[in-house]
Amino acid sequence: MSIYAYVVAGWLLVMGSLGIVRSRNLVHAVVCLGIAQSATYVLLLGVGYQRGAKPPVYGSAPAHPSLHVMDPVVQAMTLTDIVVSATVTALLLALAIQIRKRRGTIDPDELTAIEG
Amino acid sequence: MPVVDHGVADLAPIAVAAPILGAALLMLLGRRVPRLALDVAALVVAAAEVALVADVFATSTSGRVVTWVAGWTPHKGYSVGIVLVNDPVGAGAALCAASLVFLALLYSAGYIDSVHGHFHCLMLLFLAGMVGMAMTGDLFDMFCFFELMGAAAYGLTGMKVEEESSLQGALNFGIVNSLGAYISLVGIGILFAHTGSLSLPILGRDLAHQRPDALIVAAFVLVLTGFLVRAAMVPFHFWLADAHAVAPAPVCALFSGVMAPLGAYAAFRIYWTVFAPVVPVGDVRRAFLVLGATTAVVGAIMTLGQRHVKRLLAYSTVAQLGLLLLALACLTSQGTAGALLDAAGHAGVKGALFLIAGVLLDLYGTMDEAELFGRAARHRVLGWLFVAGGLALAALPPFGTGLGEAVSAEAAVSLGYTWVPAVFVAVSAATGGAVLRVGARAFFGLGRRPVEEDGAPSSDEEPDVHLRRVPVSMTVPVVALLLAALATGVLPGARSAAERAGAYFVDHAGYVSQALTGAQAHMAVHARANWAALGVGLDVLSALLAVGIAAAACYGPRLPALLALQRRPMRILRAVHSGRVGDYVAWLMVGVAVLAGLVGLPLR
Repeated sequence: MSIYAYVVAGWLLVMGSLGIVRSRNLVHAVVCLGIAQSATYVLLLGVGYQRGAKPPVYGSAPAHPSLHVMDPVVQAMTLTDIVVSATVTALLLALAIQIRKRRGTIDPDELTAIEG
Repeated sequence: MPVVDHGVADLAPIAVAAPILGAALLMLLGRRVPRLALDVAALVVAAAEVALVADVFATSTSGRVVTWVAGWTPHKGYSVGIVLVNDPVGAGAALCAASLVFLALLYSAGYIDSVHGHFHCLMLLFLAGMVGMAMTGDLFDMFCFFELMGAAAYGLTGMKVEEESSLQGALNFGIVNSLGAYISLVGIGILFAHTGSLSLPILGRDLAHQRPDALIVAAFVLVLTGFLVRAAMVPFHFWLADAHAVAPAPVCALFSGVMAPLGAYAAFRIYWTVFAPVVPVGDVRRAFLVLGATTAVVGAIMTLGQRHVKRLLAYSTVAQLGLLLLALACLTSQGTAGALLDAAGHAGVKGALFLIAGVLLDLYGTMDEAELFGRAARHRVLGWLFVAGGLALAALPPFGTGLGEAVSAEAAVSLGYTWVPAVFVAVSAATGGAVLRVGARAFFGLGRRPVEEDGAPSSDEEPDVHLRRVPVSMTVPVVALLLAALATGVLPGARSAAERAGAYFVDHAGYVSQALTGAQAHMAVHARANWAALGVGLDVLSALLAVGIAAAACYGPRLPALLALQRRPMRILRAVHSGRVGDYVAWLMVGVAVLAGLVGLPLR
């Protein structure tokens, strides 16, 4: 696997985090969190990728399956990761909507319910 | 593959699954049965979980209990399966979590708004996450349970959806902790790419004897970040006070008592099983002594400056977690033993204090120290319990917190770090003193009435319920928790048991070989009396200082010069705790860089 996927993963993680730092909108912040998380998808899939390899599906066919397949473990991890992210993102977006309803704004600079 | 005892080894996965099944059942029942039935059902599930975990814990005290789930045992030293490894520390943490959830459910029974069983369901999912995290021996499994625990915790924090601060606290908590978890996952991905394994024992075996190159250090720092965010290590700690200030009191008791300490548990579990042979001990020790001391001091200063009672208790948790990190950072079995006793004692004490704070909120509708002044005078019993909690927090013997700090201080001194006991005394005196100050003012009306400018502005807060009198189901958990904290320090053999558990925790080779080959390892430590003179002396000193701090706050003259001295740093420190999630994430990135610098730079 070329270094490219790892560079992209690192870039996404840093940009997602910076996005939250600079965010003026809670929905935007939650989406940036999702971007940071997509770094983990790219990284995991990049780790398991092999050029020219088959998908890790054996069915009932060969007794000695070719070893030249993608790593199924990282694919399972990515799927689990997506489930986790969907749950957390949905929950956080629901909170952001509720804040909008209560307060009429989702700009973190205007929310001052918590200090010190 | 031989295991200790098939019966108990099979119980461990059931202990993880049982609360999840219970939660699913409660969701089904939620809208169909009356509130009382929901409370009873949740309590029954929690009690069954306590019994299950207690069984695993009892077996683990005489040797680790290893379970390869669904029989995927290692073949030629490798396995694609998931392993649960219960040593006394892991099973003990799970037992602590289950007991605390039971008491929190008892406290909430009939009072906290259940929202058709959602509250009970989230509490049980939260429990499943904590138990899974404590028991697992697999890195990715740990991440999953970490997120399960997190998602349930975000939900529990934001339960009061009509309250703005509650929502904002939950959102800050969720974003910071999830980002931390994703950073951990990046580290896990790097480790998997490097070794092709996720299970802690296999990782530990394959990484041993490698050179600590940049890749391994990066993986170490990234993997630990998420767990240290949960452990509220400065500068990752900002979310903790926001979440504690707004979550219902029984939920706060769980957050402070087990959830945050579990973050420290996971970080050091991963260090000991995976990285102990690779990353030099000296570097890790130095890094965590620095970060632990910073956390403790920042937490203590912020505690003294608070007047919102739950925020005050939350910052005292930050300080306490700093002390826990200091003890673990000794990287010896004795330091770990001190941390265990301290964590167990603290879970009881802080749980009790948060529950009493919850009662005050429900009675008087405010968490502001100034508004509470003298109002709770007729609840003398609660008042004395609160004072007892404050003294226990100040490490007064024979509470478990005191014993833990005594053992930790001895461990640090035996390594030559004579400044560590001074931090312990100062920080426990400050946090205990702040709690005693609140108790003296709210329950006994001692000293001057605090004026408005005395502390940070406090947020308006709706009580969890409106109470006229204090029901027995709320006082019983408070008393039980304080008794548990007392028992940790009083029970003969507590110290020896903790030292044996600590010896299991730091035993890298034994962990790896038992998980992979089933070779039983037994730890023998010679029995020791709980208390030694040095520890008792330090503890009594910090308790006396705490009383002094509280008295000075209540009766002492207003000192303009002194106030002016402390005002500027206090203002800066408070401005840093801004409540803006963007700032918290910026600090998170700074923290990762600092941790990487502390661990990585000396290796160059």
